[in-house]
Amino acid sequence: MKRTQTLLIPFQLLTYVLMLLALYTIFIYAPVEKTMGVTQKIFYIHVPAAFLAYLAFFITFMASIFYLYRKDPKWDTVAHCAVETGIIFCTIVLITGPIWAKPIWNVWWTWDPRLTTTLILWFTYVAYLMLRRAVKVNQRANLSAVFGIIGFLNVPITFFSIRLWRTIHPVVITSRGLNMSEPMKLSLITTFIAFCFLFIAMLIGRIRLERSKMHIEELKEIMDGMNFKN
Amino acid sequence: MQFAQKLGAIIWKDFISEFRTKEMILSMCLFSFLVLIIFNFAFGLSLKFDRGMIAGILWVAFVFSGLTGLGRSFSMERDRGTLQGLILCPVSPWTIFLAKLIGVFLFTTVMEIITFFIFTILYNTTVLPFLVPLGLIIFLGTLGFTAVGTIFSAISATAKARSVLLSILFFPISVPVIIASVKATGIILSGNALQMVFPWLKILVAFDLIFLLVSYLTFAYILEE
Repeated sequence: MKRTQTLLIPFQLLTYVLMLLALYTIFIYAPVEKTMGVTQKIFYIHVPAAFLAYLAFFITFMASIFYLYRKDPKWDTVAHCAVETGIIFCTIVLITGPIWAKPIWNVWWTWDPRLTTTLILWFTYVAYLMLRRAVKVNQRANLSAVFGIIGFLNVPITFFSIRLWRTIHPVVITSRGLNMSEPMKLSLITTFIAFCFLFIAMLIGRIRLERSKMHIEELKEIMDGMNFKN
Repeated sequence: MQFAQKLGAIIWKDFISEFRTKEMILSMCLFSFLVLIIFNFAFGLSLKFDRGMIAGILWVAFVFSGLTGLGRSFSMERDRGTLQGLILCPVSPWTIFLAKLIGVFLFTTVMEIITFFIFTILYNTTVLPFLVPLGLIIFLGTLGFTAVGTIFSAISATAKARSVLLSILFFPISVPVIIASVKATGIILSGNALQMVFPWLKILVAFDLIFLLVSYLTFAYILEE
Protein backbone atom coordinates (compact mmCIF):
# COMPACT_ATOMS: atom_id res chain seq x y z
CA MET A 1 0.00 0.00 0.00
CA LYS A 2 2.79 2.40 1.04
CA ARG A 3 4.85 1.78 -2.07
CA THR A 4 1.96 2.25 -4.49
CA GLN A 5 1.19 5.53 -2.73
CA THR A 6 4.72 6.87 -3.23
CA LEU A 7 4.61 5.77 -6.86
CA LEU A 8 1.19 7.27 -7.42
CA ILE A 9 2.17 10.92 -6.89
CA PRO A 10 4.90 11.01 -9.58
CA PHE A 11 2.53 9.09 -11.85
CA GLN A 12 -0.18 11.69 -11.39
CA LEU A 13 2.30 14.53 -11.95
CA LEU A 14 3.43 12.83 -15.15
CA THR A 15 -0.22 12.61 -16.22
CA TYR A 16 -0.65 16.36 -15.71
CA VAL A 17 2.45 17.08 -17.79
CA LEU A 18 1.34 14.70 -20.54
CA MET A 19 -2.15 16.21 -20.65
CA LEU A 20 -0.65 19.70 -21.04
CA LEU A 21 1.61 18.37 -23.77
CA ALA A 22 -1.41 16.80 -25.45
CA LEU A 23 -3.25 20.14 -25.38
CA TYR A 24 -0.20 21.81 -26.91
CA THR A 25 0.05 19.26 -29.73
CA ILE A 26 -3.68 19.41 -30.45
CA PHE A 27 -4.07 23.18 -30.57
CA ILE A 28 -0.64 24.45 -31.64
CA TYR A 29 1.56 21.70 -33.06
CA ALA A 30 -0.91 19.72 -35.20
CA PRO A 31 -1.55 21.29 -38.61
CA VAL A 32 -5.05 22.29 -39.66
CA GLU A 33 -6.56 19.65 -41.93
CA LYS A 34 -7.22 20.84 -45.50
CA THR A 35 -10.82 19.77 -46.13
CA MET A 36 -12.24 19.49 -42.63
CA GLY A 37 -10.55 22.52 -41.11
CA VAL A 38 -10.22 23.16 -37.40
CA THR A 39 -13.05 20.76 -36.57
CA GLN A 40 -10.80 17.82 -37.39
CA LYS A 41 -8.80 18.51 -34.21
CA ILE A 42 -11.59 16.96 -32.14
CA PHE A 43 -10.40 13.68 -33.63
CA TYR A 44 -7.38 13.68 -31.27
CA ILE A 45 -9.74 13.50 -28.30
CA HIS A 46 -12.47 11.40 -29.87
CA VAL A 47 -10.37 8.40 -30.97
CA PRO A 48 -8.34 7.80 -27.77
CA ALA A 49 -11.50 8.23 -25.68
CA ALA A 50 -13.33 5.64 -27.78
CA PHE A 51 -10.48 3.15 -27.43
CA LEU A 52 -10.30 3.64 -23.65
CA ALA A 53 -14.06 3.31 -23.22
CA TYR A 54 -13.97 -0.09 -24.92
CA LEU A 55 -10.85 -1.04 -22.92
CA ALA A 56 -12.61 -0.09 -19.67
CA PHE A 57 -15.59 -2.29 -20.46
CA PHE A 58 -13.27 -5.12 -21.41
CA ILE A 59 -11.57 -4.74 -18.01
CA THR A 60 -15.00 -5.00 -16.39
CA PHE A 61 -15.73 -8.15 -18.38
CA MET A 62 -12.46 -9.81 -17.29
CA ALA A 63 -12.78 -8.64 -13.68
CA SER A 64 -16.36 -9.98 -13.56
CA ILE A 65 -15.19 -13.40 -14.75
CA PHE A 66 -12.36 -13.40 -12.18
CA TYR A 67 -14.81 -12.38 -9.47
CA LEU A 68 -17.21 -15.24 -10.21
CA TYR A 69 -14.27 -17.64 -10.40
CA ARG A 70 -12.35 -16.52 -7.29
CA LYS A 71 -15.03 -14.69 -5.25
CA ASP A 72 -12.46 -12.07 -4.28
CA PRO A 73 -14.18 -8.69 -3.57
CA LYS A 74 -11.11 -6.98 -5.07
CA TRP A 75 -12.28 -7.95 -8.57
CA ASP A 76 -15.76 -6.64 -7.93
CA THR A 77 -14.26 -3.26 -6.99
CA VAL A 78 -12.14 -3.26 -10.15
CA ALA A 79 -15.17 -4.08 -12.32
CA HIS A 80 -17.27 -1.37 -10.71
CA CYS A 81 -14.56 1.31 -10.95
CA ALA A 82 -13.74 0.40 -14.56
CA VAL A 83 -17.41 0.87 -15.49
CA GLU A 84 -17.51 4.33 -13.90
CA THR A 85 -14.29 5.38 -15.63
CA GLY A 86 -15.45 3.82 -18.90
CA ILE A 87 -18.73 5.73 -18.83
CA ILE A 88 -16.83 9.02 -18.53
CA PHE A 89 -14.83 8.21 -21.68
CA CYS A 90 -17.87 6.80 -23.47
CA THR A 91 -19.74 10.05 -22.72
CA ILE A 92 -16.80 12.04 -24.12
CA VAL A 93 -17.02 9.94 -27.31
CA LEU A 94 -20.77 10.45 -27.63
CA ILE A 95 -20.47 14.22 -27.11
CA THR A 96 -17.44 14.84 -29.33
CA GLY A 97 -18.82 12.57 -32.07
CA PRO A 98 -21.87 14.69 -33.01
CA ILE A 99 -19.84 17.93 -32.67
CA TRP A 100 -17.42 16.52 -35.24
CA ALA A 101 -20.13 15.00 -37.42
CA LYS A 102 -22.29 18.12 -37.81
CA PRO A 103 -19.87 20.24 -39.90
CA ILE A 104 -18.36 17.25 -41.76
CA TRP A 105 -21.31 14.95 -42.51
CA ASN A 106 -23.92 17.70 -42.10
CA VAL A 107 -25.87 15.59 -39.58
CA TRP A 108 -25.55 15.36 -35.82
CA TRP A 109 -26.11 11.65 -35.81
CA THR A 110 -26.12 8.73 -38.26
CA TRP A 111 -27.12 5.18 -37.38
CA ASP A 112 -23.68 3.92 -38.32
CA PRO A 113 -22.70 0.62 -36.61
CA ARG A 114 -19.85 2.18 -34.62
CA LEU A 115 -21.95 5.08 -33.35
CA THR A 116 -24.98 2.99 -32.52
CA THR A 117 -22.98 0.26 -30.81
CA THR A 118 -21.24 2.87 -28.65
CA LEU A 119 -24.61 4.35 -27.70
CA ILE A 120 -26.01 0.92 -26.78
CA LEU A 121 -22.83 0.27 -24.80
CA TRP A 122 -23.36 3.50 -22.88
CA PHE A 123 -26.91 2.45 -22.04
CA THR A 124 -25.74 -1.01 -20.99
CA TYR A 125 -23.19 0.27 -18.50
CA VAL A 126 -25.42 3.00 -17.11
CA ALA A 127 -27.84 0.12 -16.46
CA TYR A 128 -24.95 -1.68 -14.71
CA LEU A 129 -24.57 1.24 -12.29
CA MET A 130 -28.35 1.41 -11.76
CA LEU A 131 -28.32 -2.30 -10.98
CA ARG A 132 -25.59 -1.85 -8.36
CA ARG A 133 -27.63 0.83 -6.63
CA ALA A 134 -30.87 -1.15 -6.68
CA VAL A 135 -29.88 -4.60 -5.38
CA LYS A 136 -29.14 -5.80 -1.87
CA VAL A 137 -25.51 -5.56 -0.70
CA ASN A 138 -25.03 -9.30 -0.25
CA GLN A 139 -26.07 -9.98 -3.85
CA ARG A 140 -24.56 -6.91 -5.47
CA ALA A 141 -21.20 -8.36 -6.52
CA ASN A 142 -22.65 -11.54 -8.04
CA LEU A 143 -25.47 -9.88 -9.96
CA SER A 144 -23.34 -7.08 -11.34
CA ALA A 145 -20.63 -9.56 -12.38
CA VAL A 146 -23.19 -11.57 -14.37
CA PHE A 147 -24.48 -8.37 -15.97
CA GLY A 148 -20.93 -7.20 -16.70
CA ILE A 149 -20.28 -10.43 -18.61
CA ILE A 150 -23.59 -10.37 -20.51
CA GLY A 151 -23.19 -6.70 -21.41
CA PHE A 152 -19.81 -7.22 -22.99
CA LEU A 153 -20.72 -10.42 -24.85
CA ASN A 154 -23.58 -8.53 -26.41
CA VAL A 155 -21.28 -5.94 -28.04
CA PRO A 156 -20.21 -7.99 -31.11
CA ILE A 157 -23.75 -9.28 -31.76
CA THR A 158 -25.11 -5.73 -31.55
CA PHE A 159 -22.38 -4.48 -33.88
CA PHE A 160 -23.03 -7.14 -36.51
CA SER A 161 -26.80 -6.78 -36.38
CA ILE A 162 -26.59 -3.00 -36.76
CA ARG A 163 -24.09 -3.34 -39.61
CA LEU A 164 -26.42 -5.71 -41.42
CA TRP A 165 -29.36 -3.42 -40.71
CA ARG A 166 -27.53 -0.44 -42.22
CA THR A 167 -26.19 -2.20 -45.31
CA ILE A 168 -29.73 -2.83 -46.52
CA HIS A 169 -30.45 0.89 -46.25
CA PRO A 170 -28.27 3.46 -48.02
CA VAL A 171 -25.20 4.09 -45.91
CA VAL A 172 -24.25 7.72 -45.45
CA ILE A 173 -20.63 7.14 -44.53
CA THR A 174 -18.65 4.04 -45.35
CA SER A 175 -15.11 4.93 -44.33
CA ARG A 176 -13.44 7.99 -42.99
CA GLY A 177 -10.32 7.57 -45.08
CA LEU A 178 -7.89 9.64 -43.11
CA ASN A 179 -4.49 10.01 -44.68
CA MET A 180 -2.54 11.59 -41.91
CA SER A 181 0.64 13.62 -42.21
CA GLU A 182 3.57 12.98 -39.86
CA PRO A 183 2.82 15.83 -37.39
CA MET A 184 -0.79 14.62 -37.22
CA LYS A 185 0.29 11.08 -36.45
CA LEU A 186 2.66 12.36 -33.79
CA SER A 187 -0.11 14.45 -32.22
CA LEU A 188 -2.43 11.47 -32.18
CA ILE A 189 0.21 9.29 -30.52
CA THR A 190 0.90 11.97 -27.90
CA THR A 191 -2.76 12.44 -27.01
CA PHE A 192 -3.23 8.69 -27.04
CA ILE A 193 -0.46 8.19 -24.46
CA ALA A 194 -1.70 11.12 -22.38
CA PHE A 195 -5.24 9.74 -22.37
CA CYS A 196 -3.99 6.28 -21.38
CA PHE A 197 -2.16 7.82 -18.42
CA LEU A 198 -5.26 9.81 -17.52
CA PHE A 199 -7.34 6.66 -17.69
CA ILE A 200 -4.97 4.67 -15.47
CA ALA A 201 -4.70 7.54 -12.98
CA MET A 202 -8.49 7.88 -12.79
CA LEU A 203 -9.04 4.14 -12.48
CA ILE A 204 -6.44 3.76 -9.71
CA GLY A 205 -7.78 6.82 -7.92
CA ARG A 206 -11.30 5.46 -8.07
CA ILE A 207 -10.25 2.01 -6.82
CA ARG A 208 -8.34 3.57 -3.92
CA LEU A 209 -11.39 5.67 -3.03
CA GLU A 210 -13.60 2.58 -3.06
CA ARG A 211 -11.12 0.71 -0.84
CA SER A 212 -11.03 3.55 1.68
CA LYS A 213 -14.82 3.54 1.68
CA MET A 214 -14.88 -0.19 2.46
CA HIS A 215 -12.23 0.30 5.13
CA ILE A 216 -14.31 3.04 6.79
CA GLU A 217 -17.36 0.76 6.72
CA GLU A 218 -15.36 -1.95 8.49
CA LEU A 219 -14.10 0.52 11.11
CA LYS A 220 -17.65 1.76 11.67
CA GLU A 221 -18.84 -1.79 12.27
CA ILE A 222 -16.04 -2.34 14.81
CA MET A 223 -16.94 0.94 16.52
CA ASP A 224 -20.61 -0.07 16.67
CA GLY A 225 -19.61 -3.38 18.22
CA MET A 226 -17.54 -1.59 20.88
CA ASN A 227 -20.36 0.83 21.71
CA PHE A 228 -22.75 -2.06 22.09
CA LYS A 229 -20.47 -3.70 24.66
CA ASN A 230 -20.25 -0.50 26.71
CA MET B 1 -36.09 -37.76 -10.26
CA GLN B 2 -35.01 -37.37 -13.82
CA PHE B 3 -34.08 -33.98 -15.21
CA ALA B 4 -37.20 -33.88 -17.40
CA GLN B 5 -39.46 -34.76 -14.50
CA LYS B 6 -38.02 -31.99 -12.33
CA LEU B 7 -38.34 -29.56 -15.21
CA GLY B 8 -41.93 -30.62 -15.80
CA ALA B 9 -42.81 -30.28 -12.13
CA ILE B 10 -41.71 -26.64 -11.95
CA ILE B 11 -43.39 -25.76 -15.25
CA TRP B 12 -46.59 -27.49 -14.12
CA LYS B 13 -46.52 -25.54 -10.84
CA ASP B 14 -46.32 -22.26 -12.76
CA PHE B 15 -49.16 -23.32 -15.04
CA ILE B 16 -51.46 -24.27 -12.19
CA SER B 17 -50.83 -21.02 -10.34
CA GLU B 18 -51.41 -19.09 -13.56
CA PHE B 19 -54.63 -20.93 -14.44
CA ARG B 20 -56.05 -20.18 -11.00
CA THR B 21 -55.76 -16.43 -11.47
CA LYS B 22 -55.17 -15.96 -15.23
CA GLU B 23 -53.67 -12.58 -14.26
CA MET B 24 -50.56 -12.71 -16.39
CA ILE B 25 -51.93 -14.04 -19.65
CA LEU B 26 -54.98 -11.73 -19.61
CA SER B 27 -52.99 -8.60 -18.86
CA MET B 28 -50.37 -9.50 -21.47
CA CYS B 29 -52.99 -10.02 -24.20
CA LEU B 30 -54.93 -6.86 -23.38
CA PHE B 31 -51.74 -4.83 -23.25
CA SER B 32 -50.53 -6.02 -26.66
CA PHE B 33 -54.00 -5.37 -28.13
CA LEU B 34 -53.76 -1.81 -26.81
CA VAL B 35 -50.26 -1.35 -28.24
CA LEU B 36 -51.55 -2.33 -31.69
CA ILE B 37 -54.38 0.20 -31.43
CA ILE B 38 -52.21 3.03 -30.10
CA PHE B 39 -49.70 2.57 -32.93
CA ASN B 40 -52.53 2.70 -35.44
CA PHE B 41 -53.52 6.11 -34.07
CA ALA B 42 -49.92 7.27 -33.88
CA PHE B 43 -49.01 6.48 -37.49
CA GLY B 44 -52.39 6.62 -39.25
CA LEU B 45 -52.59 6.14 -42.98
CA SER B 46 -48.86 5.97 -43.70
CA LEU B 47 -48.97 2.39 -42.38
CA LYS B 48 -50.85 1.19 -45.45
CA PHE B 49 -47.76 1.48 -47.61
CA ASP B 50 -44.95 0.49 -45.30
CA ARG B 51 -44.90 -3.21 -44.41
CA GLY B 52 -41.54 -2.83 -42.63
CA MET B 53 -43.10 -0.43 -40.16
CA ILE B 54 -45.96 -2.83 -39.51
CA ALA B 55 -43.42 -5.50 -38.60
CA GLY B 56 -41.93 -3.04 -36.11
CA ILE B 57 -45.32 -2.46 -34.50
CA LEU B 58 -45.96 -6.18 -34.20
CA TRP B 59 -42.63 -6.70 -32.42
CA VAL B 60 -43.08 -3.73 -30.11
CA ALA B 61 -46.39 -5.28 -29.07
CA PHE B 62 -44.71 -8.69 -28.57
CA VAL B 63 -41.71 -7.39 -26.62
CA PHE B 64 -43.54 -4.85 -24.45
CA SER B 65 -46.26 -7.23 -23.36
CA GLY B 66 -43.75 -10.09 -23.11
CA LEU B 67 -41.77 -7.95 -20.69
CA THR B 68 -44.77 -7.51 -18.37
CA GLY B 69 -44.98 -11.31 -18.15
CA LEU B 70 -41.22 -11.71 -17.73
CA GLY B 71 -41.16 -9.32 -14.80
CA ARG B 72 -43.70 -11.44 -12.97
CA SER B 73 -41.86 -14.71 -13.54
CA PHE B 74 -39.50 -14.31 -10.58
CA SER B 75 -41.02 -11.37 -8.68
CA MET B 76 -44.18 -13.44 -8.18
CA GLU B 77 -42.11 -16.11 -6.42
CA ARG B 78 -40.48 -13.48 -4.28
CA ASP B 79 -43.78 -11.80 -3.30
CA ARG B 80 -45.26 -15.11 -2.20
CA GLY B 81 -42.06 -16.00 -0.40
CA THR B 82 -41.64 -19.12 -2.50
CA LEU B 83 -38.33 -18.16 -4.11
CA GLN B 84 -36.41 -19.56 -1.15
CA GLY B 85 -38.41 -22.77 -1.39
CA LEU B 86 -37.64 -23.07 -5.07
CA ILE B 87 -33.92 -22.54 -4.45
CA LEU B 88 -33.95 -25.12 -1.65
CA CYS B 89 -35.50 -27.75 -3.94
CA PRO B 90 -33.08 -30.52 -4.93
CA VAL B 91 -32.81 -29.21 -8.49
CA SER B 92 -29.94 -27.45 -10.22
CA PRO B 93 -30.17 -23.68 -10.83
CA TRP B 94 -30.06 -24.43 -14.57
CA THR B 95 -33.23 -26.55 -14.20
CA ILE B 96 -34.96 -23.66 -12.44
CA PHE B 97 -33.86 -21.30 -15.19
CA LEU B 98 -34.96 -23.62 -17.96
CA ALA B 99 -38.33 -24.30 -16.34
CA LYS B 100 -38.97 -20.60 -15.84
CA LEU B 101 -37.87 -19.89 -19.41
CA ILE B 102 -40.16 -22.56 -20.87
CA GLY B 103 -43.08 -21.32 -18.77
CA VAL B 104 -42.64 -17.70 -19.81
CA PHE B 105 -41.97 -18.74 -23.39
CA LEU B 106 -45.24 -20.67 -23.58
CA PHE B 107 -47.29 -17.85 -22.01
CA THR B 108 -45.66 -15.35 -24.37
CA THR B 109 -46.36 -17.61 -27.35
CA VAL B 110 -50.05 -17.82 -26.44
CA MET B 111 -50.14 -14.02 -26.19
CA GLU B 112 -48.32 -13.74 -29.52
CA ILE B 113 -50.76 -16.04 -31.33
CA ILE B 114 -53.71 -13.99 -30.10
CA THR B 115 -51.93 -10.70 -30.89
CA PHE B 116 -50.99 -11.98 -34.33
CA PHE B 117 -54.59 -12.85 -35.08
CA ILE B 118 -55.81 -9.38 -34.02
CA PHE B 119 -52.91 -7.82 -35.92
CA THR B 120 -53.84 -9.48 -39.24
CA ILE B 121 -57.37 -8.13 -38.89
CA LEU B 122 -56.54 -4.60 -37.74
CA TYR B 123 -53.71 -4.04 -40.20
CA ASN B 124 -55.23 -5.95 -43.14
CA THR B 125 -52.17 -8.14 -43.61
CA THR B 126 -52.08 -11.31 -45.65
CA VAL B 127 -50.09 -13.82 -43.64
CA LEU B 128 -51.40 -17.25 -44.60
CA PRO B 129 -48.78 -17.95 -47.34
CA PHE B 130 -45.93 -16.95 -45.02
CA LEU B 131 -47.06 -18.77 -41.90
CA VAL B 132 -44.08 -21.17 -41.72
CA PRO B 133 -41.20 -18.67 -42.08
CA LEU B 134 -42.99 -16.16 -39.86
CA GLY B 135 -43.54 -18.86 -37.26
CA LEU B 136 -39.82 -19.71 -37.30
CA ILE B 137 -38.79 -16.06 -36.88
CA ILE B 138 -41.27 -15.50 -34.08
CA PHE B 139 -40.09 -18.70 -32.37
CA LEU B 140 -36.40 -17.71 -32.52
CA GLY B 141 -37.03 -14.07 -31.63
CA THR B 142 -39.27 -14.94 -28.70
CA LEU B 143 -36.78 -17.51 -27.42
CA GLY B 144 -34.05 -14.86 -27.54
CA PHE B 145 -35.85 -12.13 -25.70
CA THR B 146 -37.47 -14.42 -23.14
CA ALA B 147 -34.06 -16.02 -22.37
CA VAL B 148 -32.48 -12.61 -21.72
CA GLY B 149 -35.62 -11.49 -19.91
CA THR B 150 -35.65 -14.54 -17.63
CA ILE B 151 -32.05 -13.88 -16.53
CA PHE B 152 -32.86 -10.24 -15.82
CA SER B 153 -36.13 -11.12 -14.15
CA ALA B 154 -34.13 -13.22 -11.68
CA ILE B 155 -31.52 -10.46 -11.28
CA SER B 156 -34.09 -7.75 -10.61
CA ALA B 157 -36.48 -9.89 -8.50
CA THR B 158 -35.01 -8.76 -5.19
CA ALA B 159 -34.20 -5.19 -6.25
CA LYS B 160 -35.84 -1.89 -5.46
CA ALA B 161 -38.04 -0.46 -8.27
CA ARG B 162 -37.68 -3.77 -10.08
CA SER B 163 -40.02 -3.22 -13.03
CA VAL B 164 -38.13 -0.11 -14.14
CA LEU B 165 -34.82 -1.82 -13.49
CA LEU B 166 -35.89 -4.80 -15.61
CA SER B 167 -36.66 -2.55 -18.60
CA ILE B 168 -33.37 -0.66 -18.20
CA LEU B 169 -31.39 -3.90 -18.13
CA PHE B 170 -33.44 -5.65 -20.78
CA PHE B 171 -33.63 -3.21 -23.69
CA PRO B 172 -29.93 -2.47 -24.35
CA ILE B 173 -29.14 -6.20 -24.37
CA SER B 174 -32.10 -7.20 -26.53
CA VAL B 175 -31.24 -4.70 -29.30
CA PRO B 176 -29.83 -7.37 -31.69
CA VAL B 177 -32.79 -9.69 -31.27
CA ILE B 178 -35.28 -6.86 -31.84
CA ILE B 179 -33.46 -5.57 -34.93
CA ALA B 180 -33.15 -9.06 -36.42
CA SER B 181 -36.77 -10.06 -35.73
CA VAL B 182 -38.25 -6.80 -37.02
CA LYS B 183 -36.13 -6.86 -40.18
CA ALA B 184 -36.83 -10.52 -40.94
CA THR B 185 -40.57 -10.08 -40.35
CA GLY B 186 -40.57 -6.95 -42.51
CA ILE B 187 -38.84 -8.75 -45.38
CA ILE B 188 -41.40 -11.53 -45.31
CA LEU B 189 -44.44 -9.26 -44.97
CA SER B 190 -43.25 -7.17 -47.94
CA GLY B 191 -43.22 -10.36 -50.01
CA ASN B 192 -39.46 -10.38 -50.65
CA ALA B 193 -37.41 -13.48 -51.38
CA LEU B 194 -36.86 -15.83 -48.47
CA GLN B 195 -33.07 -15.88 -49.01
CA MET B 196 -32.90 -12.30 -47.73
CA VAL B 197 -34.02 -13.54 -44.33
CA PHE B 198 -31.09 -15.94 -43.77
CA PRO B 199 -28.54 -13.42 -42.42
CA TRP B 200 -31.11 -12.32 -39.84
CA LEU B 201 -31.94 -15.90 -38.91
CA LYS B 202 -28.22 -16.48 -38.32
CA ILE B 203 -28.10 -13.55 -35.90
CA LEU B 204 -31.19 -14.83 -34.09
CA VAL B 205 -29.77 -18.35 -33.76
CA ALA B 206 -26.39 -16.99 -32.59
CA PHE B 207 -28.06 -14.74 -30.02
CA ASP B 208 -30.24 -17.58 -28.69
CA LEU B 209 -27.33 -20.00 -28.40
CA ILE B 210 -25.00 -17.47 -26.74
CA PHE B 211 -27.54 -16.44 -24.14
CA LEU B 212 -28.63 -19.98 -23.35
CA LEU B 213 -24.97 -20.86 -22.82
CA VAL B 214 -24.31 -17.77 -20.68
CA SER B 215 -27.35 -18.48 -18.53
CA TYR B 216 -26.20 -22.09 -18.15
CA LEU B 217 -22.82 -20.88 -16.88
CA THR B 218 -23.96 -18.00 -14.67
CA PHE B 219 -27.46 -18.71 -13.39
CA ALA B 220 -26.18 -20.39 -10.22
CA TYR B 221 -24.52 -17.12 -9.16
CA ILE B 222 -27.74 -15.16 -9.60
CA LEU B 223 -29.66 -17.32 -7.13
CA GLU B 224 -26.79 -17.31 -4.60
CA GLU B 225 -27.23 -15.11 -1.53
